[in-house]
Amino acid sequence: MKEHTTISLGHGSGGLMTRELLDDIIFKAFSNPYLDKKHDGSVVQFDGPIAISTDSFVISPIFFKGGNIGELAIHGTVNDVAMCGAMPKYLSLAFVVEEGLDIQEFKTIINSIKTTAEVCGVQIITGDTKVVERGKGDKIFINTTGFGAVHPKAKISADRIMTGDKIIVNGNIAQHGMAIMSQREGLEFESTIESDSTNLNFITQKLLDQFGDQIHLYRDATRGGIASVLTEIALDINKGVAIHEKHLPLDRQVAAACEILGLDPLYVANEGVFVAIVDEPIADDVLEMLRNDEKGTNACCIGEFTEEYPTKVVMHSGIGGKRIVSPLIGEQLPRIC
Amino acid sequence: MKHLSEYRNLEATKHYLNLISKKATQTWNIMEICGGQTHSLVRNGIIDLLPEKVRMIHGPGCPVCVTPLSLIDKAIRLMEQGVIVCSFGDMIRVPGSKKSLLQAKADGGDLRILYSPLQAVKIAKENPNKEVVFFAVGFETTAPANALSVLHAEKEGVTNYSILVSHVLVPPAMEAILDDEFCNIDAFLGAGHVCAIMGYEEYMPLSEKYRIPIVITGFEPLDLVQGIYMAVCQLEEGKREVKNQYSRVVKQEGNIAAKEVIQKVFKVGDREWRGIGEIPNSGYQITEAYKHYDAEHKFGVDNIKVPESSVCIAGEILKGIKKPNQCPAFGKECIPANPLGAPMVSSEGACAAYYHFSNTELV
Repeated sequence: MKEHTTISLGHGSGGLMTRELLDDIIFKAFSNPYLDKKHDGSVVQFDGPIAISTDSFVISPIFFKGGNIGELAIHGTVNDVAMCGAMPKYLSLAFVVEEGLDIQEFKTIINSIKTTAEVCGVQIITGDTKVVERGKGDKIFINTTGFGAVHPKAKISADRIMTGDKIIVNGNIAQHGMAIMSQREGLEFESTIESDSTNLNFITQKLLDQFGDQIHLYRDATRGGIASVLTEIALDINKGVAIHEKHLPLDRQVAAACEILGLDPLYVANEGVFVAIVDEPIADDVLEMLRNDEKGTNACCIGEFTEEYPTKVVMHSGIGGKRIVSPLIGEQLPRIC
Repeated sequence: MKHLSEYRNLEATKHYLNLISKKATQTWNIMEICGGQTHSLVRNGIIDLLPEKVRMIHGPGCPVCVTPLSLIDKAIRLMEQGVIVCSFGDMIRVPGSKKSLLQAKADGGDLRILYSPLQAVKIAKENPNKEVVFFAVGFETTAPANALSVLHAEKEGVTNYSILVSHVLVPPAMEAILDDEFCNIDAFLGAGHVCAIMGYEEYMPLSEKYRIPIVITGFEPLDLVQGIYMAVCQLEEGKREVKNQYSRVVKQEGNIAAKEVIQKVFKVGDREWRGIGEIPNSGYQITEAYKHYDAEHKFGVDNIKVPESSVCIAGEILKGIKKPNQCPAFGKECIPANPLGAPMVSSEGACAAYYHFSNTELV
């Protein structure tokens, strides 16, 4: 093992090299009673309903300001399980590595996964590693699946949303997408914008402890940003959404970068922002609880559900105008005019 | 970035909206030329806030929208020949006659999205065994940077770089609109960024000949309402002049250094506009001295011709003569995911705006 500086096809062969890679790096990092059995899978016990979510992570560059693909792979799935009103407990972890990846980079990613999983309170209980030929992948792809116990008071479902429900976000939007953009080849620009990648499982559970079924929906505003989450919900439940530009939490530097690159922050990806849709009477209390938590210091109530404009999201602009926020067709493209 | 707050001030914007309401005694049709202005009008919901008497007509000033199908097909042909094609982002989803640049990339072509043509020269230097082409679309605004990339390549001795030119000019397009017998435009908001480069002297004879107010206008909400107010004032007071609302950026003579760079590399020539057709002397072509940087010439794709859709009435819509829902193809064979003409291509094109917002009053 010591002589290898990069991942090669042999590491995915299932033979001795695979065993070495697993023992020296993976099992060592994630050691726990389930994984230590080195069986084909793990058997776990849950009492009551469980939430399951899976996600694959492909990102370029794999290291970026404020995180890396490993950390993202844990936060992403932990947060998806948390959005179901559940506390994530176990994760599966699968890699597709491109031949030639620097072993040190791989180790850095593994260490990041280990630390992040510990912070989130989840255990890696099964996994897989495959290696593909050079040129057939983009350094490393990661898939994680999360399992968590649903909070006893949780009744999270879009069909519980009522007219008048308030829409709350826990913090500044568009950080992650702009951090990645600022480091993408050909677009590099000077900024200190960092990804907001973080875990949301403790804060979402804390809100459920306090407010229970008065929280109607949680949604993670990742790809496609806040706009995609809200346009999807409006369409699904046949209600209108009103949002207010002046209440959108947006860092000045991120706003400026979006302006220069011709991007709309509403559609830019987040990795640590969730939308909580709550009963109108508890909105202020939810905001207060969020603002007293490190994961919600910039929380804001950005809008509400309305009978007006069913299926549409209407943005009330800073100068008092209105516009429709339309669903994204493909990837958001920078504008020249 | 004070512009993000000062020029988006609620009270100041309201003040001008009130002034417009008080001033307008009859219906005025005002065309904003530039796609950036249309975007800001839509994004900030300004159209909704204007009095009914003031109607904004979205002009042909989105370079992506007016780039003809044949140019897109030429760029795709280059990708199929193994050329690295570099483009501004919003061009890549616009369909040519068969597919878009994005689909051509999925089919194996090498497409790079850039913010500056100078990055394309860098890519050419890094890939000496490949040909690199920058898809140079745009109005006068992007012309200096595109011209500069050619001068830069020449200086650095980069011979595997060329540009596919689709540059269009604002004044000839305005003249084509005004010459139409059904034209009902009373005033123009001139394109602020175009005038930052070119100045506004060339608009003076236009304003005089057609007896029409032209107000050079910026892009922030406050710029737009002030520009509209200045146009309404002229109309109500019987004045027909060129005025400059965007004086913090635009000088009468423009940016002389930038104009010199343009003149070195480009000459004025005929250009085809998607949805309007060929307009004489309405665009830039590469001069003889720099012919070897002209991708059409270099790769022999200058003979690719593609007819525009025969049912689409984009020309009349871009001129403000007809509304999108008066087109037989609207919402049927012509939708944002499969546009037949320019105004359905970009999200703020008149047809796309109608398509997205047609079941609310926010049109």
